[in-house]
Amino acid sequence: MTTMTDPPGQGFRLSQLIYDTRYRSLTIQVVAMIVLMLLFSWLVSNTIHNLQTLGKDFDFGFLTQPSGYDINQRLIEYDSQSTHGRAAVVGILNTLLVAVLGCALATVLGVIAGVLRLSNNWLVSRLMAVYVEGFRNVPLLLWIVLIFALMTESTPAPRAFRGDTPDASMLFDAVAITNRGVYIPAIHFASPFFTNGLFNWLLILAVLGASIFAISRLRHWATEKQEATGDRPTTWYLILGLLIVPTGLLMLLMGAFLDMPSLQGFNFGGGVHLRNSLIALWLALSLYTGAFIAEIVRGGILAVNKGQTEAAYALGIRPSTTMNLVILPQALRVIIPPLISQFLNLTKNSSLAIAVGYMDVRSTLGGITINQTGRELEGMLLLGLFYLVLSLLISGVMNVYNASVKLKER
Amino acid sequence: MSDTHAQTVAYVRETMVEQKEPPLSQSGAYKWIHENMFSTPLNVILTVVSLFVIWTVLSHVLPWAVMGIWDADSLAQCREIRDQLYGADASVACWAVISERWNQLLFGFYPPELYWRPVLAFVLFLAAIAPVLFASVPRKMLWFSAAAPFVLYWLLWGGSLWGPIAVAAGFALGAVVMRFAAPALGALAGVLLAILVPLLYWFLISGPLAGALNAVIPLELVNVRSNDMGGFMLAMIIGVSGIALSLPLGIVLALGRQSDLFIINKCSVFFIEVIRGVPLIVWLFTASLLLNYFLPPGTNFDLMLRVIIMVTLFSSAYIAEVVRGGLAALPKGQYEAADALGLDYWKSMRLIILPQALKISIPGIVNTFIGLFKDTTLVVFIGLLDPIGLSNAIRASTDWNGIYWELFVFIGLCFFIFCFSMGRYSLFLEKKLRREHR
Repeated sequence: MTTMTDPPGQGFRLSQLIYDTRYRSLTIQVVAMIVLMLLFSWLVSNTIHNLQTLGKDFDFGFLTQPSGYDINQRLIEYDSQSTHGRAAVVGILNTLLVAVLGCALATVLGVIAGVLRLSNNWLVSRLMAVYVEGFRNVPLLLWIVLIFALMTESTPAPRAFRGDTPDASMLFDAVAITNRGVYIPAIHFASPFFTNGLFNWLLILAVLGASIFAISRLRHWATEKQEATGDRPTTWYLILGLLIVPTGLLMLLMGAFLDMPSLQGFNFGGGVHLRNSLIALWLALSLYTGAFIAEIVRGGILAVNKGQTEAAYALGIRPSTTMNLVILPQALRVIIPPLISQFLNLTKNSSLAIAVGYMDVRSTLGGITINQTGRELEGMLLLGLFYLVLSLLISGVMNVYNASVKLKER
Repeated sequence: MSDTHAQTVAYVRETMVEQKEPPLSQSGAYKWIHENMFSTPLNVILTVVSLFVIWTVLSHVLPWAVMGIWDADSLAQCREIRDQLYGADASVACWAVISERWNQLLFGFYPPELYWRPVLAFVLFLAAIAPVLFASVPRKMLWFSAAAPFVLYWLLWGGSLWGPIAVAAGFALGAVVMRFAAPALGALAGVLLAILVPLLYWFLISGPLAGALNAVIPLELVNVRSNDMGGFMLAMIIGVSGIALSLPLGIVLALGRQSDLFIINKCSVFFIEVIRGVPLIVWLFTASLLLNYFLPPGTNFDLMLRVIIMVTLFSSAYIAEVVRGGLAALPKGQYEAADALGLDYWKSMRLIILPQALKISIPGIVNTFIGLFKDTTLVVFIGLLDPIGLSNAIRASTDWNGIYWELFVFIGLCFFIFCFSMGRYSLFLEKKLRREHR
C-alpha cells in the first residue's frame, strides 16, 4: 500500500510567493528592504540637494579650526585659541564628570532610601515614600532649575563673609557656600620632586589600587584559613592599615597640604571653585535618579523569597551573615540590570545641563560650535554618535554581567 | 470512673473568669507607636531624626505658604503688603503671581476670549478616555473616543469642522473597503485595497471635498496658531498625542524585534538602539535644526508637529523594550499552544500572546508614559512655551522680576497631580488584571 504525501507537482507558481509560508517570509523581507532603501535614498538625495542649494558641504574640517570661545569649567588645558575638537573633548569630559559624580551619589541616596523605605519604622518609611514619589513625579528639569535657584538666591554673597562679625561663616573654616559657587579645600603638593599634578594623582591612584588588591588577597587568605581550620583570623586592623598607611606615606612624601579657600578682595581665592551649575546639576540628577534607584533596590529586596531568609535562619546563620551571603547575592541579580540602565538615563539626562549653563558636550560641540560654524549636520551627528557609543558600551558591560550571573538552567 | 475521678479533685471552678482588658502596653495606640517607632535603639534614633526633618521642613514651608499674599499686582506690592502685615523679616509666599498669571501658565498665549475651547476640549478628553480606562463605562462610549481626536483638534486649532470630518471619513472608507472587499478579493488584496483607497482619497478628494462642504454649510471656529499655545495645554497636547501614538508603534517595534524575519528584526533593533542611545534633547534639536535637510526643499511644517513626531518615536522605542520584556516573560507553552490551535501569526498575537504580554508590561508602559509627560518640559529649549518656559517669561517682566518658588511650586504640583494619578491608575489596573493568588 502506498500513501501519497506530496501534493501533485505543479511547479512553481507566482501565487506561492504570497500564500506559501515557505516563500512568504522572503517576499515580505524583500518588499520591506525595497521600501526602506527607497525611503533612505529619498532622504539622502533630499539632504544632498538641500546642502547644495545652501552652498554647504559635508566636512569635519571645522574640528581642527580654532574655536574662539571660552569654557568656564575645564578638566584639561583649553583656551579660546584651541580647536573645536578640543572644545568637544572638554565638553565630553565635563559630561563624564557630572555623570560619574551623579551615579555615585545617586547610588548612595537610592540604596539608603530603598532600604529605609522597607524599614519597620512607620515614620521613616513614609518619609522615604514622600521623597521617592515627589522626585519621580515631577520633571527633572524643574528640579534642576529649582536647585539652581536655591543655590544662587538663598546662599550668601562672598561679601557676607567679610568683617569682624560676618553674616555668614565657612563650614569648619574650609568650605564656603556662596551664591557664586562652593569653595572647597584643594590638595597641593609642595615637594620639589613631585611637581606634575596629574602624575602625582595617578601615582596616588596606583598605590591605592595596589592596597585594595592586597586587601582582597588578605581576605582571600582569611577565608582559606577559615575553611581549613574553622577560625577566621581577625583582619580588620590589617585592612585599615593597608588602606591608610601606604597612601598616607606617599602623600607625606609628596608634601601634600590643604589649600584652604579664603576671602581675597571681593571674592574667594584658593581652594577649588565648584560652580553652581555643576553643583545644581549634580544634586538634581542624583536626587532624581536616587528616587528611581530606591524603587529598584526595594523591589530587588522584596523579590527575594521569604523562604530564603527563613531557611538561612533555620540553618542557624546570623542575620548579618544571612544578608551578606543569602539575600544580597540574589537581590543583586534583580537590582543590577535596571540600576545600570538608570546610570545610563542619568548620563543622558546630564544633557539638561543647558538649563543651568553647565558646559557639557551638548553645550560645546552641540551648542556653541554649531552656532559658530553653521555645521548642524556634522555637529549633531558627532554628538549623537558620542551618546550612542557611550550607551552601547554601558549596555555591553551590562550584558556581560547578566550572562555571568544568570541562573544556570537546563 | 469519671465519678471516682471527680471526687478526687478538691476544687473545680464552675464559672468562667471575667475577661480582662489587654494590658495597656499590648494594645491600642501605645502598642502601635512602640512597635512602629520605638522598638529598638536604632528605631528611636531614626524616629527622632525624621521628626526633626519633618519639623524643620514644615516650620519653614507651612507659615510661608499659609501666610502667602494672594492679592497684589507686582512683587514690589507684595513686599509692601508683607511689611505692613508681618514686618520686613517675615518670609511669606507671594501667591499673587499665580492668581494673576494662572491663565498664562495653563494656556500660554491662547486668546483669553477663547479659553472655553481648551476647557471644553479637556472635559471632552476626559469623557473620551473614560471608556478606555474603565471597563464599567458603557462600551458605546468607545465610538465617541474614536471621534474625539478630530473633535479635539477642531476645538483647539479652530478652522473649518469639515476638514477633520473629511480626514475622519478616510478611516471610515478604509474600514468599509476592508469589510466588503476582503471577502470578494481575498484577505491580502482586501488589506492592500483598504490602505490604498483611503490614501488616494486623502491626497485627491478630501481637501476639495472639505472646501466644497464648507462653502455650502460653513462651520468655522476662529483659527488659533500653534505658536500661541503654551503652558500646561501644550504639555497636555504633546503628552497625550505622544502617548496615544507611541503605544501602537512601540508594540509593532517590539513584535519586529522578536520576529524571525532577519531584515525586519535587524531594522527594529537598529531603530530602537539608536533612538534609546541618544538623549531626547538631542532629538528635539535634530527636529528643530536638521529636519529641513532631510525633507524636500520648501517643506516647512509646524514645530509642534515635529516635536510630537520626535517625542512619539522616542517613547515608542522605550515602549518597544518594555513590551519585549513582556513577550519574553511569557512561557513558551503559550506560543506553542497558539500554533497548535492553528492560529496564524496575527491571530495568535492578537488573541493569545499580546493580551498576556501587555498585562505583564503595564507598569513599565505607564512608567514610560509618565516619563514622556515629564519630558514635554524639554521643548522649552527649542522655543516652545511649556510651563517652565512661561515661568521664565513671567520672571522677565518687570512686575514679577525675582520670583521663583511660587511658580516652581505651582508647576511642580500640577505635574505631580497628573503623574501621580497615572501611577495610581497603573496600580489599579495591575490589581484588577491579576489572575493568580487572589
